[in-house]
Amino acid sequence: MSEGHSTYTPKTGIGRWFDARMPLPRLVYDSFVAYPVPRNLNYAWTFGGILALMLAAQMLTGIVLAMHYAADSTLAFDSVEKIMRDVNSGWLLRYMHSNGASFFFVAVYIHIFRGLYYGSYKAPRELLWILGCIIYLLMMATGFMGYVLPWGQMSFWGATVITGFFSAIPLVGDWIQQLLLGGYAVDNPTLNRFFSLHYLLPFMIAGVVVLHIWALHVVGQSNPTGIEVKSKTDTVAFTPYATIKDAFGMLVFLFIFAYFVFYLPNFLGHPDNYVVADPLKTPAHIVPEWYFLPFYAILRAITFNIGPINSKLGGVLAMFGSIAMLFLVPWLDTSKVRSAVYRPWYKLFFWLFVIDAVLLGWLGSQPAEGSYVFMAQMATLFYFAFFLVVLPVLGLVETPRRLPNSITEAVLEKNKGGGGGHPARATAAPETKG
Amino acid sequence: MSATDIQDPNRRDFLYVATGMAAVVGAGAVAWPFIDQMRPDASTLALASVEVDVSSLTPGMSLVVKWRGKPVVVRNRTEQEMKDGEAVNLAQLKDPLARNANLPADAPATDANRTMPGKEAWIVMVQVCTHLGCIPLGQEGEFGGWFCPCHGSVYDTAGRVRGGPAPENMTVPVFQFISDTKIRIG
Repeated sequence: MSEGHSTYTPKTGIGRWFDARMPLPRLVYDSFVAYPVPRNLNYAWTFGGILALMLAAQMLTGIVLAMHYAADSTLAFDSVEKIMRDVNSGWLLRYMHSNGASFFFVAVYIHIFRGLYYGSYKAPRELLWILGCIIYLLMMATGFMGYVLPWGQMSFWGATVITGFFSAIPLVGDWIQQLLLGGYAVDNPTLNRFFSLHYLLPFMIAGVVVLHIWALHVVGQSNPTGIEVKSKTDTVAFTPYATIKDAFGMLVFLFIFAYFVFYLPNFLGHPDNYVVADPLKTPAHIVPEWYFLPFYAILRAITFNIGPINSKLGGVLAMFGSIAMLFLVPWLDTSKVRSAVYRPWYKLFFWLFVIDAVLLGWLGSQPAEGSYVFMAQMATLFYFAFFLVVLPVLGLVETPRRLPNSITEAVLEKNKGGGGGHPARATAAPETKG
Repeated sequence: MSATDIQDPNRRDFLYVATGMAAVVGAGAVAWPFIDQMRPDASTLALASVEVDVSSLTPGMSLVVKWRGKPVVVRNRTEQEMKDGEAVNLAQLKDPLARNANLPADAPATDANRTMPGKEAWIVMVQVCTHLGCIPLGQEGEFGGWFCPCHGSVYDTAGRVRGGPAPENMTVPVFQFISDTKIRIG
């Protein structure tokens, strides 16, 4: 969208000199100032900017923490305690980093659900969506390896369980697992390589983020109506409209983040991780970080053999499959209408899916026994049915509501009924429900 | 050779193929040490065998020793536990194989095959859940054997999997009684 019709005119001599040699200011101007965005974007669209901010914050706090941390199984736990007690402001930096990871995932989940609700993954945004899924996978790998570094009980046993996934692969599984661990069990070599990769992956995320934004700026943002931009009246300039809206969204998000950092710093963590890792003693109840709980519930739901696939491999396949579903969404959804605003049945199933995902998260935090197992199996069934049955079938049988002719028409129609108000807020109702 | 009679395959084709081959073999040769360094190193592979004094274990008592970074349980089973283990119908087992490194790989998972001949009271096994590597708790679960708190796998008094997501019986490592009160593992 920014290609081909740049309106950038350097005002100073230095600006012109630069523009003729390396037009970086032009790229920034075209991408973040003059870049046209749909005029009806609601606050759900501010999470892309919030995610970029969180990535930068995580890298900053992480680089500083690495100056005080010792990646050695005999030193790691104590070095983290040293950061908490001895290093000046160390407690703050560590709490910002550990809660920052959680809030990074809060933002990414809202971002993903926003994409699902408004059908942001549909043509021509399939590649944009898939790049986002890759970022999400990299985030999960980074988050997992970061959680191992404090070398507490949950670090150790979480690493044991998750690297155990790979031993489910037929024939080469044990070899791959030993390759990941650098031994027969989680130990010092594991900690060393996880630290190295935990430092590397955020930079890879940053690289894919660049591709994600590039793809976004080729096809342009989707919007709450799901109708493509048709004329100049459908858009506003990125600066100041989207810039100020994103900035305000970030501010509110950082307020909540700061509340957790200062008043509930361990609310999202687990007390067992303040016990040093013991390879001979599994905690009574292993739980991963909250953001992995739905997938953990799916993993544990497969307690039965499926033909030649044993329950262990079945659980691992179901878990990876549940993430793989996201990659396939652009082709599983057969509806021509993007936004759930105009799809009454999809809207219902979307919220059922949200409830199902939260339910799976809760079940993942409960012990794997009794009725919890059955509930997890039913919730897993619905999870897969949403992607493999609801999305393809609904597009064929659902009658969507009448679509407005343009974004401008939708905004004006809404304002007529709602008694005025700012155009950008006109269709902002859906995010208030979530 | 004049410029007009270039024949296929010509010199350029040869250079293409030769360069391509060198690049592929070279890339592989360079990649291997990067993968190889991730495998268990010499200090990890130098697995000393462990000798355990079991003279203090009366029936109903267990001890755990660390071997290859993993816990190995040595349990002197009670009469009741042995009876429970022997009473199991093999057709009901999720994993019909003994998983005993001292026996052929296809040995059936009878109670006797999970132990040593003449030492049927003694269970020596790697106390690591075959699901995802947690340490099951001893003398718990509905079969009075082991119960894994992570994902709910249940094992009987012979360490055979009876329920939950675990696919296999817990492994019996290579071991021998070097005297009536001493076991060597590994």
